[in-house]
Amino acid sequence: MAAEPAKVDPMYQFTIEPLFGSENWEIAGFNIAFTNSAMWMLITTVVLGIFVWGGMKRELVPGRWQMAVETFTGFVENMLEANIGEAGRKYVPYVFSLFMFILFANLLGLLPLGIVGLHPFTFTSHFTVTGILAAISFSIVLIVGFWKHGFHFFSLFVPHGTPLPMIPAIFLIELVSFAVRPFSLALRLFVAMMAGHVLLEVLSSFVIDGTNAGAHFGLLVGLPSFLLMIGICALEILVAGIQAYVFALLTSLYINDAENLH
Amino acid sequence: MPQIAQLAETFSSQIFWLLVFFGIVFFVVGRGMVPKVMGTVAQRDSQIGSDLAAAEAARAQADEEEEAWRKRENENRAAAQALVAKAKADAAASSEKKLAAAQKRLDKKLADAEAAVAAARTSALAEIEGVAAEAAQDIVQRLAGVSVTAASAKKAVKEAMSNG
Repeated sequence: MAAEPAKVDPMYQFTIEPLFGSENWEIAGFNIAFTNSAMWMLITTVVLGIFVWGGMKRELVPGRWQMAVETFTGFVENMLEANIGEAGRKYVPYVFSLFMFILFANLLGLLPLGIVGLHPFTFTSHFTVTGILAAISFSIVLIVGFWKHGFHFFSLFVPHGTPLPMIPAIFLIELVSFAVRPFSLALRLFVAMMAGHVLLEVLSSFVIDGTNAGAHFGLLVGLPSFLLMIGICALEILVAGIQAYVFALLTSLYINDAENLH
Repeated sequence: MPQIAQLAETFSSQIFWLLVFFGIVFFVVGRGMVPKVMGTVAQRDSQIGSDLAAAEAARAQADEEEEAWRKRENENRAAAQALVAKAKADAAASSEKKLAAAQKRLDKKLADAEAAVAAARTSALAEIEGVAAEAAQDIVQRLAGVSVTAASAKKAVKEAMSNG
């Protein structure tokens, strides 16, 4: 997708390109090219690994780094304990990985590396990625639910005190709302990340095109757009954290349904 | 929208690499490192808890020891006061006894002295009587030329003295 130099294509940033001539890598007929998306997954994994590794000094009196890592583990642990209870502790590794992976991906994708010629890629703005993560969370819910409660798990779809004649209708409605969960989980993150990045790109195109069109436009359009962009950037950092939190929180709420029914 | 436009050609690579890297994150970071970090936190919490408990126990023991010390102190004070009171009483008793003895001695000395004075007076009086009787005998002889016997002179003197 070759964007013309004078124009800024706000969707171009989401383009996936194979790197290192790997476009023909295949497993069982499926293409597994090492793309820029995979590259940023690797970067996210490495950065996250380094971050958590730095918190493993196991000192009695923690340093700043250890404190930061312990804050995150404590945060996830508290969230799970508040939503699921004592049984929630065993999900800390998964929910922590999920939360931190999404958070680091969102934040790394926001880095202004374009200044030094690199192109940051936010893989959480692809529904293939968020969809897989949501599917993993939802599979855990289903597996835990049926493992723990067997077919009794279906009682999740009939809330307490439902009048008998209403049960079929309520069951259907609850089943649909349950089945929609992985999609809403995936789409929420994907849409939030994509919208933010598109907005930033559109505003930056206003700045560039406005300034190129002359001093008047530069002052009238470029400068306000630039100021707005600064604000939106701060907002996007907030959204990066909030969306990671929402994803982890909803996952823990759904696991709670599977653990405890209701 | 590349997410849709490129879906057919990229979905398998997206899914594959996501599973690879998220798997690495889950097994290395989530399963490997996070429990250790949480273990450190739990260890610190238990350390703090036991330290607090030890401090609490030490405080309780200090309170207990202070209580015991106070009790002992009170006992000692009471004993000391009893000792002082006893010593005071003893001292008072012994000084009273000494005073009584001294008083007795003084009384005896006084009585002796009084007896001596009385004896001296009687002997003096007897001497004065004798002298007066002799003087009366002499005077009577010289004035009246009558010689009186010593006995009658003595009798007269005694009468005069007891009258006078």
